[in-house]
Amino acid sequence: MTQIPDLDPAGEVLRRALALNQDNGLVQVKVWKAAHPGQLAIGHMPIYVPRPLLEAMGCLPVAVFGAGEKEIVRGDSYFQSYICHIPRSTIELGLAQALADLDGMIFPAICDVIRNLSGMWQMLFPDVYTAYLDVPQNFHPEVGGRFYRRELERISKEVVARGAKPWSTDSLREAIRGENGRRAALERLTAIRHREPWRVPASEAYVLTRAGGALLAVEHRKLLEAYLEAVPRRASVGRDNVRVVLVGAFCEQPPLTLIRNLERAGCDIVEDDLQLGFTYLEGAIEEEAADPLDALVGAFLEKGSATASRYIGNDQKGASLVQRVKRAGADGVIFAAASFCDPALLDEPMLEAALENAGIPYTSFKFAENTGQFQVIREQAGAFSDAVRLWEAAP
Amino acid sequence: MTLNAAVQKSEPTLAPVPKDDSQKRQKRMIAEHFDRLAEAKETGRKVVYTFVPGNLTELISAFDMLPVLPEINALQSGMRGRSGGYISEAERAGHSEDVCSYVKCDLGMLKSGNVGPTGKRLPAPDLLLLSYTGCFTFMKWFEILQQEYRCPVVMLHVPYQAGGRITEEMRDYVVQQLVSEVIPAMERVSGRKLDPAILEEKMGLSARAEDALVRVWESARHRPSPIDGYFGGVYYIGPIFSAFRGTQEAVLYYEELAAEVEERVVRGQGPMTPDGPMGPERYRLVVEGPPNWTSFNEFWRMFSRERAVIVASTYTRVGGLYDLGFRHSATDPLRSLADYCLGCYTNRSLPSRVDLLEKYIRDYGADGFLINSVKSCNSFSAGQLLILRELEKRTGVPGGFIESDLVDPRYFGRANVENRLQSYLQMLESRRNSRGAP
Repeated sequence: MTQIPDLDPAGEVLRRALALNQDNGLVQVKVWKAAHPGQLAIGHMPIYVPRPLLEAMGCLPVAVFGAGEKEIVRGDSYFQSYICHIPRSTIELGLAQALADLDGMIFPAICDVIRNLSGMWQMLFPDVYTAYLDVPQNFHPEVGGRFYRRELERISKEVVARGAKPWSTDSLREAIRGENGRRAALERLTAIRHREPWRVPASEAYVLTRAGGALLAVEHRKLLEAYLEAVPRRASVGRDNVRVVLVGAFCEQPPLTLIRNLERAGCDIVEDDLQLGFTYLEGAIEEEAADPLDALVGAFLEKGSATASRYIGNDQKGASLVQRVKRAGADGVIFAAASFCDPALLDEPMLEAALENAGIPYTSFKFAENTGQFQVIREQAGAFSDAVRLWEAAP
Repeated sequence: MTLNAAVQKSEPTLAPVPKDDSQKRQKRMIAEHFDRLAEAKETGRKVVYTFVPGNLTELISAFDMLPVLPEINALQSGMRGRSGGYISEAERAGHSEDVCSYVKCDLGMLKSGNVGPTGKRLPAPDLLLLSYTGCFTFMKWFEILQQEYRCPVVMLHVPYQAGGRITEEMRDYVVQQLVSEVIPAMERVSGRKLDPAILEEKMGLSARAEDALVRVWESARHRPSPIDGYFGGVYYIGPIFSAFRGTQEAVLYYEELAAEVEERVVRGQGPMTPDGPMGPERYRLVVEGPPNWTSFNEFWRMFSRERAVIVASTYTRVGGLYDLGFRHSATDPLRSLADYCLGCYTNRSLPSRVDLLEKYIRDYGADGFLINSVKSCNSFSAGQLLILRELEKRTGVPGGFIESDLVDPRYFGRANVENRLQSYLQMLESRRNSRGAP
């Protein structure tokens, strides 16, 4: 039988990225560990974990995003119906031994559910290294910075005690360079989305970005660059879609089909916060700092994005989102919060108020990672898209 | 109007229940506090909004400022039957039905004129003291209030005790914030410098009140227990969790209360209930989780009519775990305040919470334990089903599980809660019978 040639120059890299997404990177972990005997794979929950620190200790950081659309059997019995979905599917993965190749799990301070999940992990998997990473909500270097540095030192020591090599100035600098390289590639991707969103659909950008969850930064950069290299060779035609920013302070991830449905509803998602772990820092980490750990700390304090799990204090709430919308040249905002997600849902009215003050249209809906019905969301996004066009056309 | 009065107004009891001297004293104290708040703008006293867990009452009052606790406003609105309307108001303004009903109730109250439990308007804050202790929602709550009031806000980030202990790094971080952020903010707002001697004196008074409160809690080890450590307990914590820690009034109140309770022990009396003295004690229970406030007395009666007494509860420890030995200390006030914040119940890891519940079950000779899982509070609720399993495994004592909410009346299903509770108590009964216990 004749093989039909792949007509999409980006087809191969997209297939690899999708495969990494679909098995939550866990086959990749096995492959990596087989190639790196004695080195550790450390899982972590979403939002922000300083992955370069783990890489500098020879570890593979592995982002765990729950089980997505997979059926949940035992995980549901650990949570009441009014708790979001990602902890139950993460527990499910743990109980099913799907995370058995991970040598540890880090739970960053996101919300009370993920915080308590860290305690559940300690109880359910007492032999697995479990750490809660308490990121500071005070951003002064001598106060919050000092605390955060001590947190990172603590976690380093604990990971070393589990068999990792201690980080050195050189290894951490190298890891930071790797992270900055990944970041530069992601920025190129975003720049194309701003300029010509039809060339890089959000659903593809999402798959490519999330694929880095179980890759070292340099490997992820190569994957992104392979895609970026293929983009100009793809046949693509501009569309008359509305340009939107998708906002959800995403920890729990929406189904890929949901993103595709938004696109089909006439929305070019020119920017999003789906993969906050890779985009949390709004700028590169200093590479040549005398103390690279201080550089990691400084980047968190000074360059952290204004997402729901970060305290905004006396600054104008929502100002950052308005700037993002303007920078991206977007026509409006779609809020998509996970059901029962306190950070995103409590943030939303404040962000909406800021958009209203700036005259930026928005719409909002909720989802769960295992949402299977998209008709209503698609219709809502379609109606929003039409309304924005009419709004623009109004004299 | 005090909590007691609010309850009686919302759910009339069968006959007036005579009040102890301590109850009368508490009523007077709280009424006077709300009077002071109502007059704050005229008297020039500054007002600080803050939260119960990790509250810095001694520090606030050392600057002669007055605290307002939005959670307490919300629960009082719940008890007065106002919360449903306030929540609807907030939801109409765009707040999700999924999120904390305390927040929505508080916002609805604000939008409706901010009238407090005594019927007088609460003053707007001069400072929002965001003690981020054991609850992520606190952070969002005060971000929202900051947008509403446009007043200064100061954050005190209290690290979570994930490892089950307070480390020197955590303590240093909190003290540094007190020194570099919180105290300067209070000095700016109040217009006066902190007098360490005043703070030390208040810390000493706190410790005395805490000593007496622990006597009250531990009285429940007796059989029959002279107190209900959950439904009755929420009244006992009123002064110490709100505006009165560090005052002579609190010392007098708690010493009077402890003496009354000890008198009940001597007389072999059980606890008071909304309908008067409880009959002979039948079940001794430990409860995890906050109560439902919208049907508080109804909820309480479901237990008291079955002669089930709550001998210990975790909700009554959200504002301080004094029965584990912590006392505010005049020796090093800022480190002591840091330890206080770090040690609040919801700032403890899940394994630590299980350890504490196990201790309560054993120390207080409980026949069972019950989890009231509230929809609004992920800090309490996430993980409670594992707590249930683990406690049963460790103690062999059966657990029960009911669901309700803090102040959203839509989530209190009376028949469902009662059925579950009765089934649970029947199970305890049959278990007791099968063992031949009295």
